[in-house]
Amino acid sequence: MKHIRNFCIIAHIDHGKSTLADRLLEFTQTVGARDMQAQLLDDMDLERERGITIKSHAIQMDYFHKGEKYTLNLIDTPGHVDFSYEVSRSIAACEGALLLVDASQGTEAQTISNLYLALNNDLVIIPVLNKIDLPGAMPEEIKDEMVDLLGCDRDDIIPASGKEGIGVPEILAAIVERIPPPTGDPNAPLQALIFDSHFNSYRGIEVIFRIKNGSIRKGEKVKFMNTGKEYNADEIGILGLEQEPRDRMECGDVGYLISGIKVAKEVKVGDTITSFDNPAAAAIQGFADVKPMVFAGIYPVETSEFEDLREAMEKLQLNDAALVWEPETSAALGFGFRCGFLGMLHMEIVQERLEREFDMTVITTVPSVRFEVMTTKGELRQVSAPADMPEPNLIDYIEEPFIRAQIITKADYVGGIMGLCMDKRSILKNQVYLTADRVELQFEMPLAEVVFDFFDKLKTISRGYASLDYEFMDNRESDMVKLDVMLNGDKVDALSAIVHRSKSYEWGKKLCEKLRELIPRQQFEIAIQAAIGQKIIARETLSALRKDVLAKCYGGDISRKRKLLEKQKKGKKRMRQVGNVEIPQEAFMAVLKIN
Amino acid sequence: MHLYLHIPFCKQACHYCDFHFSTNLSQKRPLVEAMVREIEQRHAYLPTNKLQTIYFGGGTPSLLTEAELDLLVNSIHQHFTLVDGFNGQPPEITLEANPDDLADPVRLAMLRRYANRLSIGIQTFDESTLRWMNRAHNANEAKLAVYRAREAGFDNLSIDLIYGVSDSIWSRDLEQALTLNVPHISAYNLTIEPDTAFGRWLAKGKLTAVDESLSARQFTQLSSTLVDAGYVHYEISNFAKPDQYAQHNSAYWQRRPYLGIGPSAHSYDGVSRQHNVANNSLYSKGINTGTTIAEREILTAADQVNEYLLTGLRTIWGCRLSELDAMLGESFLSKQAPTISKLQQTGWLICAENDLKLTESGKLFADRVASELFVE
Repeated sequence: MKHIRNFCIIAHIDHGKSTLADRLLEFTQTVGARDMQAQLLDDMDLERERGITIKSHAIQMDYFHKGEKYTLNLIDTPGHVDFSYEVSRSIAACEGALLLVDASQGTEAQTISNLYLALNNDLVIIPVLNKIDLPGAMPEEIKDEMVDLLGCDRDDIIPASGKEGIGVPEILAAIVERIPPPTGDPNAPLQALIFDSHFNSYRGIEVIFRIKNGSIRKGEKVKFMNTGKEYNADEIGILGLEQEPRDRMECGDVGYLISGIKVAKEVKVGDTITSFDNPAAAAIQGFADVKPMVFAGIYPVETSEFEDLREAMEKLQLNDAALVWEPETSAALGFGFRCGFLGMLHMEIVQERLEREFDMTVITTVPSVRFEVMTTKGELRQVSAPADMPEPNLIDYIEEPFIRAQIITKADYVGGIMGLCMDKRSILKNQVYLTADRVELQFEMPLAEVVFDFFDKLKTISRGYASLDYEFMDNRESDMVKLDVMLNGDKVDALSAIVHRSKSYEWGKKLCEKLRELIPRQQFEIAIQAAIGQKIIARETLSALRKDVLAKCYGGDISRKRKLLEKQKKGKKRMRQVGNVEIPQEAFMAVLKIN
Repeated sequence: MHLYLHIPFCKQACHYCDFHFSTNLSQKRPLVEAMVREIEQRHAYLPTNKLQTIYFGGGTPSLLTEAELDLLVNSIHQHFTLVDGFNGQPPEITLEANPDDLADPVRLAMLRRYANRLSIGIQTFDESTLRWMNRAHNANEAKLAVYRAREAGFDNLSIDLIYGVSDSIWSRDLEQALTLNVPHISAYNLTIEPDTAFGRWLAKGKLTAVDESLSARQFTQLSSTLVDAGYVHYEISNFAKPDQYAQHNSAYWQRRPYLGIGPSAHSYDGVSRQHNVANNSLYSKGINTGTTIAEREILTAADQVNEYLLTGLRTIWGCRLSELDAMLGESFLSKQAPTISKLQQTGWLICAENDLKLTESGKLFADRVASELFVE
C-alpha cells in the first residue's frame, strides 16, 4: 500500500488538465508516443471537441522514484458544475490533488469550489502553475493568488507547461513525496467506493471503484450497500491504458468491476461495494442520490421518429445514470419525453449526444426547475412542467429552488455582472477581491433564472472572463405564474413557461414578437397571444398571406420549381399544427433564446 | 414535337431578368454557328422529326440578323419537317422580340419571313417604370411595336406585361393592352431574383420587396379585366382569345417532348429532362469539341406526377386523374384523399369529373396546392 498514490487534478475548463494528464501518461510510459492522441482521457468526441470532461476516468501509471516502483492512480474528474456530486466522489477516492491553475487566467470559481471539496476530504494539495510558456502568463501575480488561496509556501508551487512538458518530472516526484499512501485496513471487511461507471456495449456496466478497506477477489459475491443489490465479481482489474484483469485487489487499489449489470441507473456513484460473506458494518459516508434539477421535454422533429427516440434515450441512459425521463404527450409536439437533467450543460450534452450518436434531431421545450406548489386544498405538489401547474385559483403558494452562486471575474466586469444578476432576481451576499483585479461575488439566486441563457449572458458581459459555480440552497416562496401562448385562441402547450410575475409581461411580449417573425404567414390572419390564466397580456397579429405563386412556368422552370417545392414541402412536414396554425420547429426553439 | 432555340444575347441587362444572356454581341455569330452544330448533333433527340412549333427565345432573338436566322432555319429544315399543330393549326413559329427592334419595317418584314408569331416584351407602357427596369425601349416604342408588327403581317401576336409595381400604373397598362386587342397576353408578377440588379438592391435594402397583397390584388384585376374583354385565362400567367393559345408553351404544360438548343436550354423527352450549360463560351467549346455540355436527370414516377401537378394545375385543363393514376401506378385520388378534401374545403381545388382544377382563389396559391398534392 505504501507504494500507491491516488490523486486527481482540479482545474478549470481550458486550464490544461487533459493535456497535462497526457504528459504524465507519456512520461511514465503508460502510453507510447505512437498511441498518443491528444487528450487521451476524453473518450467522447464531444469531450475532445469541447475540451471538457463529461465522464470521469481513471488510469494507472507505474513510476520509478529513487529506485522504487510506485503505482499512481490518476482519477480524472468531470469539469463542470452540473456534475459536482461526481466530482466530490472522485475526490473522496483520492489522498491528494494537483491544483492546476492557468498562469494567464488565474483561479476560477469552479477550481475554488472543487478545492474546498478536496480540502474537506483532507486531500494534500499540490499547486501547479500551468501554461507558464504562454506569452500572456503572469506567473508572479497568479502565484500570489495561489498562496493567498491555499496558504501554501510560494516554493511549493510547481511551474509547468503541459504543452511543452515543463515541470512533469517535478510533478511526478511531488505526487510520490507529498501525497500520503492510502490508509485503511487490509484485513477489514471490504469497503470500496464507487466513483464512476462506464457503459460497454459488450460487457455491460463497468463499475469504477477505490478500495478503502479490505480486499476483493475475482468471482466473489459482492453487495452494493446503498442499493442493496448483489452481484458476482465476474471480472476485476486495474485500469491501465487497457483494462488488465486481476484475481485479487487490495486496500488502496483503484480498479474496475464487471458483473453483468446492464443499465447505468443500477449503479449509484458514491455507493459502497462490500463482501456478501463478510459485509462491512457501514457504508462509506457521503452517499447521495443525485436529483435532476432541470426539466424539459424532448420531442422528435419528425413525429414518426418517436420510437427511434425512445430507443436512443434508452441507450443514452445506459451510460448516463443522471438522465431521467418518462413519456410525455404534447398537443403541439405529439409524443416525446419529459426529461430531468443535472443542469443546463447536462441537458445540452444529452441533446448533442442524441444528435451525434443517434442521428436524432430533437425539439427541446422550455426548461423548467422543480417547483413546490401548495394547493388551496393543502396538498403539496411537485411541478416540473408547465402542464402540471394547477390553475391559478387552486394555488395557495409556490416555492422555487434557490442556489448559492459563486462568480469569479475580472474587476472590470463586476458592474455588468451585478446588473445581470439583479435582473435575474438575485441577492448579492458577498464580494471579495481575490487580487486587485479579480473579484469573487456570491449571490443567492433562483435556479429558474439560471436555466434561461444565464451562462451565455454571463460570458458575453464578461467577455468570457467569468466563471460560475453553484449549489442548491433551499426552496423559497415566489410569485410564479404559468404563461401560456395561444395561436388563434388555441393554447400551444409546448410554448408555455413558468415565469416570475414581475417578468411575465416582458416575456409574453418578446415571445409573441419572436413568434410573429418565425411563424410563416398563412391564408388567414393569426392572433398570437400570451396569457396568464384567462388574462391576455400580450398580442401580435400575423396578417394573412394573399398569394404564394404567380411566377412564370415554362420549359426551363419545371425541374427547378419542382425541386424547390419538394424542399419546401419537406420543411412543412416538420411543422406542427395547433388548431389550424402551422408552427415551424424553430418557433419552439426560439423560446429558449427569448432574451 | 417542339423545338426551342435560346438566343443568349441582349443589348442591355434588365434589372429583373435572371435568364441566361450576354451583352457581348460580338459572339453572336459564332454562337449561332455552334447552335447549328448542336442541331446537327441532337436532332434525333426527339422521337420523331416532325415539328409542330418552333420558339426563338432568349435573350433577345430579335437581335438576330437575317444571315443568322438563315443559318438556324436552314439547319432546322434540313433535319425536321414542319407539321400542323395539335388543333389542326399551322405550325407555330414564335420569335421573342423587344419593341426597340421592331421600329424598322424592313427588319420586321425580314423577321416575318422566319416567324409567324411574335412575342413582344413590352412589360409596361409606363416610361419611368421602363427606365427603372432598365429596358431598352421607351413607352412610345412599346405602343408602336404592336401596330408595326401587324403592318408587317404578324396577326398572331403576344405581349408580355409585368405587374406588381403600382396600382395606377397597372390599371393604365391593362387599359392600354386592351386597346391593342392582341390575341395573346402573358402577364407576370414582378419577381425579385437574387442574381439580378433588383436582387442585389433588395439585399442592400435599396429596394423593398414586392408587396404581396398588391400583387394578389393586381392579379385578380388582371384576370377579371381580361376575361371580361373576351380572353381565356388558360394558364396562370397567360391569357388568349379563344383558340389562340400559345401552342409551344402549352406543350410544356402538357408534357410533350421538346428539344432545347443553345446555352441554358432545357429539353424533355418524356422520361428525362436535361439542360445545357448556362455559359456561352463553355457551350461553344463543348459543342465544337463534342464534349458533353448537358446535365440529365431521369424522372421517377413521383417526379413525373409532381411535375404534372405543378404545371397542369396552373392551366385551364387541370390534371387528369386517369393520367396521374397511370404515372403513379395506383389511384391518386385515394392516395391523396385527405389532402384533396382539405384543399377542396379551403376552396382552392375542385375535383370535377375526371380532373383536378384550381378555383379562382386557388390560382393565387397554385404552388402551395401543387406541393401539398406532391407524392414521394
